[in-house]
Amino acid sequence: MSGTTCDLAIIGAGPAGLAAASVAADSGLAVCLLDEQRSPGGQIYRAIESSGLKTPAILGPDYADGADIVRRFRASKALYQDQATVWMVDRTEAGFDIAFSFPGGQKQISAKRLIIATGAMERPVPVPGWTLPGVMSAGAAQILLKQSGITPSGEIILAGSGPLLFLLASQYVKAGVKITAILETTTLRDRIYALQHLPKALRASGYLRKGLAMISELRRAGVPVLSGVADLNILGKVSAEQLRFSHRGAHRQMVADTVILHEGVVPNTQLPMALGCRMVWDRSQLCWRPELGDYGATSEPGIYIAGDGGGIDGAKSAVLSGELAGLGVVQDLDGTKAAGNVSRIAELKSRLAADGAVRPFLERLYRPHLSLPADEAIVCRCEEITAGEIRRIAASGCSGPNQMKSFCRAGMGPCQGRMCSLTVTRLMADVQQADPAEIGHYRLRMPIKPVTVAEMAQLAGPME
Amino acid sequence: MFDARLNKAKDRLAFRIDGREAAAPEGVTVAEAMMLAGLEHTRLSPVGRKPRMPYCMMGVCFECLVTINGVAGRQGCMVPLEEGMEIQRPTGKVKVAP
Repeated sequence: MSGTTCDLAIIGAGPAGLAAASVAADSGLAVCLLDEQRSPGGQIYRAIESSGLKTPAILGPDYADGADIVRRFRASKALYQDQATVWMVDRTEAGFDIAFSFPGGQKQISAKRLIIATGAMERPVPVPGWTLPGVMSAGAAQILLKQSGITPSGEIILAGSGPLLFLLASQYVKAGVKITAILETTTLRDRIYALQHLPKALRASGYLRKGLAMISELRRAGVPVLSGVADLNILGKVSAEQLRFSHRGAHRQMVADTVILHEGVVPNTQLPMALGCRMVWDRSQLCWRPELGDYGATSEPGIYIAGDGGGIDGAKSAVLSGELAGLGVVQDLDGTKAAGNVSRIAELKSRLAADGAVRPFLERLYRPHLSLPADEAIVCRCEEITAGEIRRIAASGCSGPNQMKSFCRAGMGPCQGRMCSLTVTRLMADVQQADPAEIGHYRLRMPIKPVTVAEMAQLAGPME
Repeated sequence: MFDARLNKAKDRLAFRIDGREAAAPEGVTVAEAMMLAGLEHTRLSPVGRKPRMPYCMMGVCFECLVTINGVAGRQGCMVPLEEGMEIQRPTGKVKVAP
């Protein structure tokens, strides 16, 4: 990335960022794509070009789809910087300055427009004991498998809800990893309420077929699945040993060396929040998402968001919204290009609507149940603040998540609130009988990733 | 707790954790190397000195913070393991650099 000025900078090389970069570069823009990983693909197609897994076929055909997206990007003229950790984006007269760390040091580039394609992160699942070694998220377990062929051993329990939990389980079965049990928090009530969204979901029936196939595959493999599980509690002295839960009105306990938690994914909003993009509380997904206009334009001029970072719609939609954002920037910078893209834009919008038809069903079916935790559960892992303490401070009239920080330091550790922000907002809303939208979220500031003073100082020197 | 029997790398990289010799397949990250090394924890938390291990593996949770070749506070899940790396686990005690 020798040029320090470009038309468009894109942050994140998942399906959305790759699609945006490809179309914008093919349309003649100077594009720089920055990504934190070693190779393009994002989390969904992580290590697609370089998986350390002996048998990548066990990951399934959907994973292999990523190869084409990456190939198209590699064939474009977009510049790509891997292992680039963006820690600051600053608005300038001409657009934006973007500072990032990479293995060679520090660099700053300038861009006229910015597409944030930082995707999703997993919804934190703050059950008591989730800080113990031996407990990790389903995404983490899947990354270990995809990237390096690493699997857990011993008694393995998967708990929570959502498609990823079942996908991971089916990949483990194919990999020969023995799963002790899947504890599903989805209730009969969830299934009944989800039915109203089924007719619409049938318009994207491919997802439903895949889901059913996965679940029957697990059944054939003899993996025990318990539904309607609640009150999860992970016990252990120095690492996870036992999992206690309630099921059908009875308390149960199982030996668990590895507990894999999942309650769906939520937009990674760190960067748009720090840039002041207006956020809305999504009542169906129970999380924050940026308010987006045409082409994924945010409330902040020149900043677009594509993919799951704009609201969870999955990898297929991310490719479509990525291309849409790319085309949006193309015509924003050169109005004469608009006419040629009219039919393509209409097609992208209609395919986005069709692909998203399954979402209301999935969101209702897999409503999170574990993320409003019991009092003894740690909510802020960095500062070790419990749900009980958050509730007590909320009940005493604390005015919002930012005041919560000064009362108890929740959200002030190295993760900068990534792991507790949603829980704090939802707990406060619950205690104060308010809408999460009124409660608000942590105020975020640059740098959004840790950077040493020496690293910052490098930018003050002469740049190439 | 973790194994790499499905990893295809032929070579292993030697590194040190808190001075102890260890090795892991080429291509893994520092966080993965530590998880494969059979450690009970990868750090002690700064507030309660409680054992922790990486939770998210994608740069969000910051549970994999370690000192790598003398630089503290690196996200181990983001750093590829290199031959001869010196890794120190945080002990929960706040140390002021000289």
